[in-house]
Amino acid sequence: MTRRHFLYAGAAAGVMGLTGRATAAGGTGPKVVVIGGGYGGATAAKYVRMWSDYSVNVTLVEPNAAFVSCPISNLVIGGSKTIADVTTPYDNLTQRHGVRVVRDVAASIDPDKRIVKLASGAELPYDRLILSPGVDFIYDALPGLTHPGAQDRVLHAWKAGAQTVALRKQLEAMPDGGVFAMAIPLAPYRCPPGPYERACMVASYFSKAKPKSKVLILDANEDVTSKGPLFKKAWADRYKNIIEYQPRHTLTDVDVAGSTLKFELKDDVKAAVLNVLPPMRAGEIAVKTGLATANKRWCEVDFLTFESKAAKNIHVLGDAIQVAPAMPKSAHMANQHGKTCAAAVVALLADKPVNPLPIYNNTCYSFVSDEEVVHVASVHRYAAAQKTMLTVAGSGGVSSAASELEGQYAMGWARNIWADTLA
Amino acid sequence: MKTAIQTLILGGWLGAAGLAQAQAPDPLQVRSWAASCAACHGTDGRAQPGMASLAGASKDDMVKKMLDFKAGRRPATIMHQLAKGYSEDQIEAIAAYFAAQKN
Repeated sequence: MTRRHFLYAGAAAGVMGLTGRATAAGGTGPKVVVIGGGYGGATAAKYVRMWSDYSVNVTLVEPNAAFVSCPISNLVIGGSKTIADVTTPYDNLTQRHGVRVVRDVAASIDPDKRIVKLASGAELPYDRLILSPGVDFIYDALPGLTHPGAQDRVLHAWKAGAQTVALRKQLEAMPDGGVFAMAIPLAPYRCPPGPYERACMVASYFSKAKPKSKVLILDANEDVTSKGPLFKKAWADRYKNIIEYQPRHTLTDVDVAGSTLKFELKDDVKAAVLNVLPPMRAGEIAVKTGLATANKRWCEVDFLTFESKAAKNIHVLGDAIQVAPAMPKSAHMANQHGKTCAAAVVALLADKPVNPLPIYNNTCYSFVSDEEVVHVASVHRYAAAQKTMLTVAGSGGVSSAASELEGQYAMGWARNIWADTLA
Repeated sequence: MKTAIQTLILGGWLGAAGLAQAQAPDPLQVRSWAASCAACHGTDGRAQPGMASLAGASKDDMVKKMLDFKAGRRPATIMHQLAKGYSEDQIEAIAAYFAAQKN
């Protein structure tokens, strides 16, 4: 792509802009393909369009019919929200921003020819590819879950959607007096505080509907990995006889027929409902393209551009990356990655310099009851000497206590980030 | 992929333009910084219900609030923690960006 070509394309798209932005996709401008319509990919798709003045063509490849948010989805499991409450269509990306949304799966990437091959057989050429594949699960270490049908019975519900609804149904079907046992993998995994929030939501449901039931948290980590004192206070104050927390429990296998979790050096745990969060890595498409160079699990990137360190013209975002120090694998962070990457992609396509000093924040709210919420926040700034993002000294922190006010902010956050990502 | 020479030429050109504007911050950089706020305060500061809209608000008012958050003079659940991540110059530039957005 030459600079002249891009400027020409930009002028052409400017004319098209007069007749409607939605018609610009498929024009003569540079081509960006985005794989994955989650918080990272959908945000990047929208902002590449906006920040190129609608001159760069953007195609988003996403297998799901609509966006289903992981944040707030623990409330669906707890019963205070429905799956519809956390679902947003992709229509606005197309109608308002001219993103071409292709409902398909990216089967392979040819980094040399710069082509994405879809499961349907179609091919999408690109000038730059933005890959936001989320996480996939490492089942090799849990042989019982590799048997046919096992993953339909022992759920992760760690990608919001059908499994979220199915886990809720398992809890509704469970007789009072049963145990809900959740296994948490060693960090890093998607959404550090998510499992502890889920424990609160299930306990909240049990306290109202099944008061003799228990929640057992079996954590591979040494301690609660996020907002530890706030969660422990909630468990002691609100769910004293319901939630039991056990650290240093490394899951080694699952006996699906016997509804039993097996651990390294610890006793087996039999429970009415099992919820297993397997160890995680970057989404399959990133791994098989050879981008997961960190421990064969996560994708290393240049934090100025999010370009892969393993392949030129491919940018990787969101939970799939090898994170910078103290950078969580969160929805909010993926949204920030999306915008940083979009600005860089638009600049690089025009042979312009990229922002040498990205600064962005993270905010993560967790519900400890149906109304009360706690947060963790941080501000991250590029450190040129270390070529990574570091938290700004003195910034960030957690809630002083759970509150209903933060419950209102948490829903305000959700409405705003859904709109910023998708509308 | 641009060459090193192109980078130098472009960088020099932009540097000269920057001087002509009396060290005004690069507007694209400020746009990127401001975009970080959008996750809670809406794209370009036009918020959904439940959060404060920043688009078209008074720059001086936003700067004062942020500096008060930063100094711990203004009570907050979270903004005192986030404000501490930004310098006064960055706060000024981001506030000017939002003040210039259509509400």
